[in-house]
Amino acid sequence: MVFRFDSMARATFSLLTSLLCVGGELIVLGLDYLGVVTVLMMTIEMAVMAVFMIMFMMNPAGLMPMTMMHNRRGAAVICALTFALLVAGILLAPWPRRRGRAPADPTLDLGNALMGPHMLTMTTLGMALFATIVSTVVLATRRGRYDRFGDELRAARPDDPVRGGVGR
Amino acid sequence: MADPAPLWTALVLPCALALVAWATASVDARSAAPGREVLRLLVQQRRLTRAADLPLVRLGTTLLPVAAVLAAVVLPFGFRPVSDLPDGIVWFNAMEALAWAAVWLTGWGPNSTLSLIGGYRFLAQGLAYELPHMLAITTAALGAESLRVGAVVDAQSGLWFAVWMPVAFGIYLLSALAMAFWGPFGQPVGTDVAGGAAAELSGVDRLVFLGGRWLLLVVAAAFAVPLFLGGGQGPLLPGWAWTVLKTAAVLGGLLWVRRRVPTVRTERYVELAWVVLTPLAVAQALVVAVVVLGR
Repeated sequence: MVFRFDSMARATFSLLTSLLCVGGELIVLGLDYLGVVTVLMMTIEMAVMAVFMIMFMMNPAGLMPMTMMHNRRGAAVICALTFALLVAGILLAPWPRRRGRAPADPTLDLGNALMGPHMLTMTTLGMALFATIVSTVVLATRRGRYDRFGDELRAARPDDPVRGGVGR
Repeated sequence: MADPAPLWTALVLPCALALVAWATASVDARSAAPGREVLRLLVQQRRLTRAADLPLVRLGTTLLPVAAVLAAVVLPFGFRPVSDLPDGIVWFNAMEALAWAAVWLTGWGPNSTLSLIGGYRFLAQGLAYELPHMLAITTAALGAESLRVGAVVDAQSGLWFAVWMPVAFGIYLLSALAMAFWGPFGQPVGTDVAGGAAAELSGVDRLVFLGGRWLLLVVAAAFAVPLFLGGGQGPLLPGWAWTVLKTAAVLGGLLWVRRRVPTVRTERYVELAWVVLTPLAVAQALVVAVVVLGR
């Protein structure tokens, strides 16, 4: 769709549509919770993404149409080949028969399989990811604490272009 | 406890919601004569802006009421929702998140600066209200140890969650207003930007968008009843009557807030939400988790 549309908004929301379909697939597979959470997360994520994509594009408000089309023929060929490959895989692969029965709560089982023996890894990973996000934002922001509180960090009120809501 | 409702309730649901929204709008002092307004918008000619992205405008405007109705699917009327999904609370949250996309698309589509500002304002507001809101509804689910709305109602047979989770309840009510960008949180469609996200909408488009906002408000208010006010539980009266009474009370409270509280600026609310409301919501969740573990 990125190659088809000349608007960031359309490309973004086509991507959201495909992600919502993934959520639907998860629901069809019986993983209700994961499916609904995918819908929730992806909707918010793509909405925020729309803001960021437009914020950092060369055309700030993004109101002018802009073309994203490049290498159209190559893209079309790659898409067609991938599609053909996937369809061939679906039709030709010897799918195994179902063994056993679906568990009563697939989400619980999936969570146990993913997190059970690896809880420490997952917790560490979560903290590391969070620390990365915070430090990236701190490094990327133009205004640091010296801009806000003065060279001696002694200012009683931060010098912010926009006042916040808790009276600082 | 919740029995599966018959299939026809799915058809009745949007009509019932529209009726409640219309009744609320009639009572509201600021929306005079909603019936006349609906007729006026129905016959009004639709204006078109230059180089508008029409499919996105239509998608955005229609998505708002659709999201509201889909979110209402898990609302129990008495004790019977249209569908008691096992992850009803997550479903509700996911559907109201669609409103983010809807308002932004409506703001973006007409190729107009003021409506674009409105759309962006709603995203900023969304970033502010969503985190405390999620924590608040998670707290209710935690108290019931289930994501099923029916189980949350059952868990309040002794004591309403509003009584022992007052912080979560308050945050939920705040975010219900913000979710429907209504009253003090009406900045995305504020008069300072000529109506914001709805600035360029006219005729049926405007009716669908603003009507969808009323539906969203009704659904958000009505969901406070099963989450925090014990659903259909109460003495003497049947379940459905209690649901109606409690929903009317919550809606009345929201109408009162709209009359009393001035518009809150988005950037102020962002800081308030992140610095005050989110830690409060986490503390509330902690208290509930300790109580649940100790039971």
